[in-house]
Amino acid sequence: MDLNYTAAEQKFRDELRAWLADHAPQDWTGRKAPGRSMEEHFAYLRAWQKRVYEGGWAGISWPRQCGGRGATVIEQVIFTEEMARASAPPLANVLGLALIGPTIIAHGTAAQKERFLTKILSAEEIWCQGFSEPNAGSDLASLLTEARPDGSDFIVNGQKVWTSYGWAADWCELVVRTDPAAPKHKGLTVLLIDMRSPGVEVRPLRQMTGESEFNEVFFRDVRVPAANVLGAVNNGWNVALGTLMHERATLGAGLHIVYSRQFQRLVKLAHSIDRNGAPAARDPVVRQKLAQIYAEIEIMRLNQMRSISRISQSGAPGPEGSIQKIFWSELNQRFQQVAQEVLGPFAQLEKGSEFAFDDGQWAYSYLRARGNTIEAGTSEIQRNIIGHFVLGLPRSY
Amino acid sequence: MQFGLTETQQLLKNSARDFFPAECPMAEVRRIMEIDGAYDVMLWRLLAEHGWTGMIFDEEHGGMGLGLVEMAVAAEEMGRILLPGPYFSTVFLAGALLNALPKNTGRNACATAICEGRERATVALLEESARWDTGGVRMQVVDGRLTGRKLFVPDASAAECLLAIVRAGDELAITQVHNAASGVSIRAMPSIDRTRHLYAVDFDQVEVEILATGDEAQRALDRAMDIATVALAAEMVGGMERITEIAVDYAKTRKQFGKPIGQFQAIQHQCADMLLLTESSRSAAYYAAWALQENAPDARTAVSVAKSYASEAYREAGNRAIQVHGGMGFTWENDLHLYYRRAKASEIAFGDAAFHRERIARMVIDA
Ligand SMILES: Cc1cc2nc3c(=O)[nH]c(=O)nc-3n(C[C@H](O)[C@H](O)[C@H](O)COP(=O)(O)OP(=O)(O)OC[C@H]3O[C@@H](n4cnc5c(N)ncnc54)[C@H](O)[C@@H]3O)c2cc1C
Repeated sequence: MDLNYTAAEQKFRDELRAWLADHAPQDWTGRKAPGRSMEEHFAYLRAWQKRVYEGGWAGISWPRQCGGRGATVIEQVIFTEEMARASAPPLANVLGLALIGPTIIAHGTAAQKERFLTKILSAEEIWCQGFSEPNAGSDLASLLTEARPDGSDFIVNGQKVWTSYGWAADWCELVVRTDPAAPKHKGLTVLLIDMRSPGVEVRPLRQMTGESEFNEVFFRDVRVPAANVLGAVNNGWNVALGTLMHERATLGAGLHIVYSRQFQRLVKLAHSIDRNGAPAARDPVVRQKLAQIYAEIEIMRLNQMRSISRISQSGAPGPEGSIQKIFWSELNQRFQQVAQEVLGPFAQLEKGSEFAFDDGQWAYSYLRARGNTIEAGTSEIQRNIIGHFVLGLPRSY
Repeated sequence: MQFGLTETQQLLKNSARDFFPAECPMAEVRRIMEIDGAYDVMLWRLLAEHGWTGMIFDEEHGGMGLGLVEMAVAAEEMGRILLPGPYFSTVFLAGALLNALPKNTGRNACATAICEGRERATVALLEESARWDTGGVRMQVVDGRLTGRKLFVPDASAAECLLAIVRAGDELAITQVHNAASGVSIRAMPSIDRTRHLYAVDFDQVEVEILATGDEAQRALDRAMDIATVALAAEMVGGMERITEIAVDYAKTRKQFGKPIGQFQAIQHQCADMLLLTESSRSAAYYAAWALQENAPDARTAVSVAKSYASEAYREAGNRAIQVHGGMGFTWENDLHLYYRRAKASEIAFGDAAFHRERIARMVIDA
């Protein structure tokens, strides 16, 4: 066991830090600037990713021949840490970089890699993930959106829902049914679909936070060339599963840094908030709760380091990613609740209230955290996965 | 950066995994726990012969000079089998304190005797206030003699060497007493963990040797308590891992409603949570061991993160393991209660979760 970084890892960090010092935007406040529309905000993030790409820092974990740097998992962690340390904005094409690009690298034809990968890195084309449907969420394999062969094309009909970035996306990794007669896992195919194709309709879907980060997407007789099948026809379940594994393993990757920063901010506020005539930070109950959150954020970081070390030896994320997914999502809910308790009545104030701390960030985070145990596979599904695939218990369904 | 065992650490783990269940199976644990001090001479001889008593001591005393990650590896394996008796207090607690003290004749002799398996040792810290910090230490050494009462002294009846934490005037002092010295009387405090016994120790004008005083004593004690706390957290991980295995195995074989109970999600999810608690406790314990070994700036916080988390996790894992077993889990015959009892005693030892959270608060909120 050696948690020190190697000379090579340190060198990587230094180079990146130097690059960020010169290139990270100075006007980024950590969230969408007031008065900017969602589209303007997104254009800003896209411009930032383009700069990162030009600097050679986008998709660093991808193999060199695919435009990456072949970075190790540990270098990826360093990357997230340094981005956070530099208070750099997030990259616009998150799903493309973390989930869909790697899936294309694993299953795509040479022509597909040539066509899509660079544009994912440069944020020239934004991607979304069209998996969930109104009647197929946890039971994803029961999805109904169908693709019927028609000459050398497929004709797609159906509906997707909860599609994050649907409104911004140029392309979509779409899971469809190509063989309705086969058992449910066997009749699926993944298509790479141009969101501008005739027959694709994206409708806003407002979330409980008030924003519309995700969408409903309707497909009516959308024509997709067979060249856009990712992997083999009717092998879509395996392709999609690869994406989901990446989702569980990577979605939480840099989060401990995000939580950690938010925690520092909360501690700072706790010193100035009055609780029974003294600063909240001196209240024994508050101290207990804050210390518990600190400990859990730290453990989340350490779990992450352990799993990264394991992946760096075994090569691929495994079902234990489910432990991470449960940990970060449930921790965030506990954290946001503690923040509400510590901040008192001011915590409920939303964006736009002149009395709110941090422009309503805490009320927003409290609500946003509620989605954490649902997105990327619910906590129940993650526990099923651990029960069956890690502990070897019989399947419940 | 590599957060995993090295090859030699893995070898140590494998040899511990071979040794402990073979030499001290559960039937032996049950037999030994009925002996005063849960001290079995034969088992102790084996522990010494295989080098376990010397693992963290310097080679000059006959030890192996292993590091704290290695200590955590061994402690974890001992926790899996509920190793009974005075090993923990002798090596991981008193041993850590002896290691942290300046070399002198009394200290060196005790360290050597432990390595060679001739003596056992323990630390007497708590008094009536039952505080884990030295703020509760009142007992005075006056003219080289001790009078007063120490409580919750682990394994005292088996320990030849007692390290009593006392005061010399206002200063903290670490003293060494032989338990056969005149004026020492030891009474059992029958308690929840049957595998490790607690004692009240009365001192009446007992002659002692002072090993350290003042800042030197405080520093040595802080270091030793941190090390013992990490060893305990690692030991707790071993216990959690074992009861998770026991519960998962049971869930695969016990049938109700015509199917294994492990097919019911209510049971599966309890098992999944046990795994999450175990793995998270493990990450924290190993990090703390490494941080202490490397004297990392956040080492003390890491110790408290590990202990506060493990304190609640082991108990929670125990709750789930017993629940999965139904009525069988509530019987004396089933081994789970032995772990459940150990979990409670370990939760309390060296400060419970609330104690360590307050320590974290001092380091991260007040800093
Ligand atoms: C913020 C957010 C962003 C999202 N982004 C995307 C996206 O970009 N692309 C995309 O495709 N999807 C996305 N989703 C959808 C998400 O993946 C689904 O919501 C999720 O998989 C659950 O499906 P569902 O909503 O249909 O709920 P259901 O599957 O109907 O679940 C309802 C309840 O039943 C439980 N349940 C269901 N099956 C079982 C079972 N077998 N055992 C035990 N309990 C069970 C669930 O745990 C849950 O509590 C997003 C969701 C959110 C909240």
